[in-house]
This record gives sequence, C-alpha cells and structure tokens, in this order.
Amino acid sequence: MSDRNRAFGFSRRQVVRGLLASSAFGLTAKFGTGCAQSPSTGGDAAADGAAPEELVVGFIYVGPKDDYGYNQAHAEGAAAMVANVPGIRLVEEANVPETTAVAETMRSMIEIDGAKVLFPTSFGYFDPHILNMAKEFPDVQFLHAGGLYQEGVHPNNVGSYFGYIDEAQYVAGVVAGRMSKSGKLGFVAAKPIPQVLRNVNSFTLGARSVNPAATTQVIFTGEWAEPVKEAEATNSMADQGIEVITCHVDSPKVVIETAEKRGVYTSGYHADQSSLAPKGYLTGAEWDWSSIYTKLGQDFMAGKTLMAGDIPHILRGGLADNFCKLSPYGPAVTDEAKADGDAAAAGIKSGDLVIYKGPLKTNTGDEVLPADKEMKTNNVELEKMDYFVEGVIGSVS
Amino acid sequence: MATEALGWWGVPLGILAGTLRGSVPFLLVSLGECLTEKSGKINLGLEGTLLFGAMSAYAISYLSSGIVGPTLAPWLGVLAAGVAGMVLGSIHGWLSQQPRVNDVAVGIAMIIFGGGLANFFGKPFIQPQAPHLPTLPIGGWSDLAPVQSALQISPLFLLGVAIVPLMSWFFKSTRWGLYVRAVGDSPDAALAMGISIFWVRMASIVAGSFLAGIGGASLSLFYPGVWTERISSGQGLMAVALVIFARWRPWQCLWASLLFGGAQALGPAFQSVGIDSYYYLFNAAPYILTLVIMIITCSPKRTLAGAPGALGQDS
Amino acid sequence: MASTTAWRRFAQRPLRESLESIALPIGAVLAALVIFGVFCALAGANPLAVYGSIYKAAFGSWSAWQNTLIRASPLMLTALCTALPARLGLVIIGNEGALVVGGLAAVLVGLGLGGTLPGGLVLLAMALGSLVAGGLWIMAAGALRHYRGVNETISSLLLNYIAIALMNHLVQGPLRDPAFVSKPSSYEIDPSAWLGTLPDTRVHWGLIYGLVASALAYILIQRTTFGFAARTAGGNVRAARIAGLPVGKLTLAVCFLAGSCAGLAGMVEVAAVQKRLNESIVSNYGYAGILVAFVARHNPLATVLVSVLLGGILAAGGILQRSHNLPDATVLVFQGIVFLCVLYSESLYGRFAFFQEREVEAEGAVVAG
Repeated sequence: MSDRNRAFGFSRRQVVRGLLASSAFGLTAKFGTGCAQSPSTGGDAAADGAAPEELVVGFIYVGPKDDYGYNQAHAEGAAAMVANVPGIRLVEEANVPETTAVAETMRSMIEIDGAKVLFPTSFGYFDPHILNMAKEFPDVQFLHAGGLYQEGVHPNNVGSYFGYIDEAQYVAGVVAGRMSKSGKLGFVAAKPIPQVLRNVNSFTLGARSVNPAATTQVIFTGEWAEPVKEAEATNSMADQGIEVITCHVDSPKVVIETAEKRGVYTSGYHADQSSLAPKGYLTGAEWDWSSIYTKLGQDFMAGKTLMAGDIPHILRGGLADNFCKLSPYGPAVTDEAKADGDAAAAGIKSGDLVIYKGPLKTNTGDEVLPADKEMKTNNVELEKMDYFVEGVIGSVS
Repeated sequence: MATEALGWWGVPLGILAGTLRGSVPFLLVSLGECLTEKSGKINLGLEGTLLFGAMSAYAISYLSSGIVGPTLAPWLGVLAAGVAGMVLGSIHGWLSQQPRVNDVAVGIAMIIFGGGLANFFGKPFIQPQAPHLPTLPIGGWSDLAPVQSALQISPLFLLGVAIVPLMSWFFKSTRWGLYVRAVGDSPDAALAMGISIFWVRMASIVAGSFLAGIGGASLSLFYPGVWTERISSGQGLMAVALVIFARWRPWQCLWASLLFGGAQALGPAFQSVGIDSYYYLFNAAPYILTLVIMIITCSPKRTLAGAPGALGQDS
Repeated sequence: MASTTAWRRFAQRPLRESLESIALPIGAVLAALVIFGVFCALAGANPLAVYGSIYKAAFGSWSAWQNTLIRASPLMLTALCTALPARLGLVIIGNEGALVVGGLAAVLVGLGLGGTLPGGLVLLAMALGSLVAGGLWIMAAGALRHYRGVNETISSLLLNYIAIALMNHLVQGPLRDPAFVSKPSSYEIDPSAWLGTLPDTRVHWGLIYGLVASALAYILIQRTTFGFAARTAGGNVRAARIAGLPVGKLTLAVCFLAGSCAGLAGMVEVAAVQKRLNESIVSNYGYAGILVAFVARHNPLATVLVSVLLGGILAAGGILQRSHNLPDATVLVFQGIVFLCVLYSESLYGRFAFFQEREVEAEGAVVAG
C-alpha cells in the first residue's frame, strides 16, 4: 500500500514539476486574463479552446490528502487520472475548511491556475460553496462526490458522482454475520448523516440476511477525525462482547488497530487496511475512485462537458460499476462466510439482490417498506435516510 | 474471539480504563507546565510540543525498528519525543524572556509552529505501523478479557505518577526547587540571591517541554497509538489549563489528569450500553465537570493561592 | 519602567517613534520571509518563486486582496474578544465559544423572524441577538472571575468546548433540517436576511463590521473615561479600588463588549457565508483571533493590520500547495515563523541608534540590523 502511494506521489510530483517548469510564462499570462475576464464573458471560452494543450483539473480535500482514509482515497484516484489520461495537469489543495476558504480556493484555482474542471471532494462543500461558484463561473465544471445534484434546481455546470459503497458494506455485513457467533456487531460512526446511516443499515441488513438475530451497536464519536474517542468507542464495544467492528470515520486506522489489539474482528472502510490487522481483518468496503476518475478524465479530454450534456449530471454506481470494491478476505474468514459473501456480491452486481426490501421496519418500530415493496440501490429516497433499521442499537438524534 | 458482555459494568470499567489510558498525556503535559509556570513563565505552546513529540516518537520508532529492533525502537522514539520537545522549549524559553515579549503570545505562535512542523514532517508516517511501547498487564488475576485489557498500564503512566512525588519533593525540599520557586515568586529576591533568572527559567521551560514531548509519545506509541494530524485535538491546551485548576501542585495535577482522562470515556461508554442521545453533551462532560468543580472550589479571596507571583508579568 | 520611557519618547518624538514602529514589524516580516525561504529551499522549492507566489496570491491583484480581506474580516472581530479584556489584565481565550453562541443566537433569531419582517430589520435583530449572546457568554467568564475567583483563562477555554457541544447537539436534534443531508445543520435562514457583499466586490459586509468595531473599540479604550478607568484597573487593581473605580462593573462591561464582538463574527459567518448553522462555524477564527490580539499588543487598530497580514498568509496557503508542491502544513510553518519574528521584534524597540537620532530618516538599515 505504502509503496503504491509513494509511486503515485512520485509520478504526480514529476508531472507537476515538469509542467510548471515548461509553462511558467503561460501561467502568468493566464493569471492576467483570468483577472481581466469578467464572469459573464466566460461562456465562450470553452468554444475557443478547441485544441487545448493541457487541461487543468483541481482537486480540493477537506483534510490531509494522506490520511489513510477518505481524502487519500480521492487523492489516489486523482493521481490515477493524471497517470492514465495524458494532457491533464492536476492542481491539489488539502486541509481546506468548509467556509469561505473553499470558495476562495476554487476561485484561485480557476483564476490563477486556469482550472476548467474542479473536484471539491468533501460532502460539505456542495451547499452553498460549490453552488455559488458554479453560478459565477458557468464555463467551469464542478464535480462533487455525493448524490446531491438536483435537475432544474442546481446550475447546469454542476455534477454529482456517487458510489453506492453501502453495497460493499452489505457484503461485509454478510461476512461479519457469518463470522460472529453471538451476532453482536459494532459500528463506530462519526455523525448521523444519511450516508453514514445507510452504511450502518446496509451492514446490518447484510448480517441479518445470514443471521436474523444479529444486531449492530452504533457509537457516534461526533467528529470526522477524533482518534481518542474512536479508540474509546472501539474499546467499549469490545468490553460489551461485540465480535466484529467496522466504522465510518475519516481515518479508520485507530479503530482497526485497537480492535486487533482487543482480539476483535474488523471490517475496513475507505481503503484496504488489512495490513493493520493481520489476524482479525475480515474484509472491507473500499472506494475505487481510480476507474471513475480515469473515465471522467478521458471524457474531458474528448471535449465532453456537463453543460453540453454528454457527461451525465449524476453518475452513480456500486460494485457492478467499479465505484467501490471489497478488500480481499482476511485469513480468519471461513469458507462458508466467503461463499456467502461472494454470493451476495454476485447478487448485487447482477441486480437480483435488492438490499432494501419489504417488510422492513425501523428500530423504533415504524414501517419503512411493506412486504411487497422494495427500494433499489439507485432510489434517491435512500439518500435521504434518517432512520436505523431493525437490528441496529442506537438512535439517530 | 468471543468475549463476554459486561453490560452496565462496562461504564465504570470504561471510565477506569479511560483514566489509565487517556490521562497519560494530560498528566505529563500538566506536570511539565507546572514546572514551567513555577518559574514564572507560561508555555501555552505545549499543544504544539505534544503534536511534535507525538510525530517524532512515531517517526523514530518506525524508522529505527529495522535497525535496533522493535523492542528498543519505541524507547528511542520516546527519547526523540523528549528531545524534540526540548528543541521547541528552548525556542520558547529564549524568545519569551526577551524584553516586552509576552509569553502567552509566544506560546500561541509556538502552537502553530510546532503543529506545523509536526504535520509537515509527519506526512510519510501516517500510514505505516510503528512498534508500540510495551504495557504492563496488571489485570492477570481476572478471567475477564475486558478487565485484563483495561488494566494494561503504560510505563509512561508509571513514569508520570513517579514524577508527581518527586516534583513535589523537588519544590519543597531541594535547593534547585527553591531557586525555581524564588525565580517564579519574586524575581527581585532571586536576583539578590545571585540566581540567574534567565537560566533557571530556561531550564524549567526546557525540562517542562521534555515532559510534554514524552506526553506526545504516549499518544502515538501507547494510546490511541497512531500518528495523525488530529491526534491531540486540544489535549495539550487543556492540560496547560489544568495546571491552573490544580493550583500549581503536582499532586493535584495527577488528580486533575485522572479526572479528565476518565471523563473522556463517558460518551462512548454510555452509548455502548444504550444511552444514545445527548452524546455531544456527554462528550463535553470533562469540560463541564472541570468548570463546575472550579466554581465550587474557588473563592474570590484566594484567587491566586499557589500562583507564582511573577506569572503573567512581562520580563 | 520601560513603558514610561517609551511613553516619553513617544510624546517627545512622535515621528521617529512611529517610524520605528513601522519599520520593526516590516523588518520582522522580511526576516521571517528569509527564514521561511531557507525552509522552502530545504524542502526542495525555489524560495524566490515561493515569494512571488505568496505575493501574487495574497496582495498581487484586486482579486487577491479581496481573498485576503475576506479571510481577515472575522479575525478583526474575534481579536477584539481577547484585546479588550487584556486592557483590564484579563487573558480571555473564549473567542471560539463566543463566536459559536453568537452564530447560534443569530440563527435562532433569523429562523424566528425571517420572512415576517423586512430583511434589514431581521439582520439588525440577528446582530443584536449575537451581540447579546456572545457578550453574556464572555461576561460569564468575567463574572466567575470577579465573584468566584475562577481563573478567566481556563473558564473561557472550557466555555469554548461547551459552546461547541451545545451547538452540535442543537443542530443534530431540535434545530435540524432533515432535508439538508451533507451535515447536521439547522434550517436555512430566509434569503431576505442574508448579509450581502460590498458593491462590486465579493467581500461581505463583515469587513465593515470588523473595521467599525475596531475603530469604536479604539476610541472607547483610548479616548473615553471608561477606557481610561479600564486601563487603570488593568494596571493595578488595588490602586483602582482605592481610587474608587468600580472594578467589578468594569470587568463585566468589558467582557460583555469583548464577547459581543466575537458573537458578531458568528452572526456574519451565519448570515453571509453558511446561511445556516452547522459545525462549519467552528473553523479556528476564534483561536486565530487570540494570536492576532497578542501580536497587535491588544491595540484595536493594530489588530486590523495584523488580521490583514494573517488573512494574506492564509490566502497564500493554497498556492504553496498548488504551485510548489509543498505539503498543506507549510502555511502553518510560515505562519508560526512570521509571528515568532514579529513577537521578537518587540524586544528591539529602542535598540537601534538609528531611530533615536533626528537626522537620519531612511528605513533600510533596520533590515540589515
């Protein structure tokens, strides 16, 4: 893992250095025009640039881009895009808070670096910051991770791409449910937003598909990165006899390592953490941004845009579309659990297995779906989830 | 891998375990700051020292494990953290003693500087695994795995506890302790005694920063046992504040640190037994508790009881 | 003693004194640039190119200036939260908490009144709400200090964490807008009560709030009897009591004013930037404000300049990553070096013969010195 990163880092650095050296004057020139250009005249710039020598793509991360978690997954995807698609120059900025700072960063990438495509990757950048900037720079494309785009409501140059990583969490839940004798699972979560709740619910539904008595204990730490609380949460779960722990925080390393120390199975998140828990790592839900970013990069270079409509405004996909994947099974996983996990993954990929299927109740007894109804993965209702399903121990507020 | 459920016993056990694990950085930083403030200077920059120490310890433990082996490497890391602390401490010690330079201001700038250095050099060490410090299992008498795990004592915790009576004795009964107190309480008298105010303060600040650096090592090499940029999240600043709470007495630093470490475990422990609302407020419990205790125990008449006389005066 | 001689010098020779007080900070920043340049060179970046980028991104164009001013404006307000009580000898570091409760009050008022009254009136009510909430929050620390003897530094620090926990609890529970999915947030305030930008700029009105508050604070502290009383009490509490000054009332009043400044910053953040309340309001403006206040030696006009300096550094942070491939923490190192150098320069007043003589008036020598 670390070697792979280093290789990426190296190539990225080389590309950036080389291009910088060769286009120092170009940069200044662009800076000049970027300032003089008023936003309203920006519309025809795309038409003029029929044969762009390079396309500047900006990536913005909310935390450090080597956090072994959410941000690193995106940064590796960005590096893959640059490596696979010639003609793209990457500019990156990390640790950008969700305030006016991110608006200024976007503007600076557009005006100073000449970026034509921006990937502000944090969920919280969307409203109001991306929406404001998109209105001001209609010729720049803004792609945001998360399914928040609404047709007709949001500007035409904004797009959402979203990975149904809960499909991978469902499979991880199946494996966890098989591996746990008592059926007691744990989930260390940051904040009760729909994305997190969906992961918890899918994990639980996966476990209950093989062990109907399985339960998932949720502990919210309240912050996306708070190592001491994450370790405390993992320890208190281990104290309660919980046998498999997974998480949704920015950097899962603390949870995985603490659980391994306590002799508890773990299931990873964001990236492959198997090396952190050689005994207890079962599997994990990983992002696979490389494929989607490479695909988008090729589209950009082919002249496709959101505005022209040849890049869809909402790109969604799960296991079948390589938006996410599962970590290879760890050594502890039994053949039976592997077979069930593989079957679930195959079912999801083929579309035969629907995760949210009636009858389904919340853990407070309210009905989510009657017996004859189901919600397929791409149902937008799932992205507004504000409940825990039956089997989850915890409360959303 | 099954362990037995503890149910409600998990809450006191979690608090006990949190006390033993979570209090170490508070204890070491507050002891270091206690020594520093006794000499009449404040070092708010220990938050940055804690971060830089955590990073240095982790980096050295990781880099040296191939050379000296995984048993010795974390101890080298601890040493490196202490030295890293001393480097930052000597900057603070020199700068904060210049005429008209305010020590609180230097401290805040040092938080940024120390944290910046830690994050700058720490990038390559976030992902790899460094060998951790060993722990002393004193829970072997119990059959319960949670109890055994809770009673894993860090040698750094023992070090901190051992320093408490030593420091207390140092201030009360040694000539050097008298020098530190004299410099902190009435610099003029110290000057008349022929003591170098500059060097006594410098030594106190550097020694205090050494302890704070080791506190950082306990974060990255003991608990939670990783290096990330959010590892301290304000613990250093809080530990500095605890010294005022502890009225500049080493023993009270110990109690305050234990209280704070234990209270940190409240939020997760309560959620694990089903009390799942209000967790933000439970997570704020250490702060609320400290404030309430201060309101109860303080009185306007003895505001500055125990406070070194020269504290907060420009040199 | 040093201050009385400084005062005499200032009174007798204002020109040379003011020249010194301009040249020293500039010299400090230049020295910091040199040190930072060495650091960059060691990290593999070209220092001259780095300087060029910093200038370009922070002050090189009107657009860059706007970037700097946007980042500076909340700092002007939060800095006053530390600077004003410092005149009374109190070290308040509860800026972040006062900002958060100010934002909370603004949102509560904005949600309650938004749409029912004209936008301007709602904004006024929101501002008043944030002033009162932030003011009471810090006044609590002042009151604890005065009536219970609780150290104001530690109580105001604790109040930060409590304010943030309270805010998080409320936006996750009672105030939560379930339709806003990206983070637990309150409902959005009515668009009529949004705080706009200054004409022909993207800088919001918070800048004017900051400038006006700083000017008022300066006048209050330096030019009124109230300010004189506060400064006297700050110099020597016992003497102030003997002189019959109401130390308790002064403490409460100054702390209230201080907190209301930070509270107003929270209102601006809500009304001009986020339009709703959520964790994004906790973004270090409070802690940065403490540093600004101390570096500015608690002078409400100097805080404006230091805020702009810090705003410029923050504005330049991105370009260091993008154009020079330096890690994101580089800007923290730069910030640390600049402020350590500026603080050190304080000790150099009166050390250069250059500024003590009437004949010489060039500036260059201080850099060399």
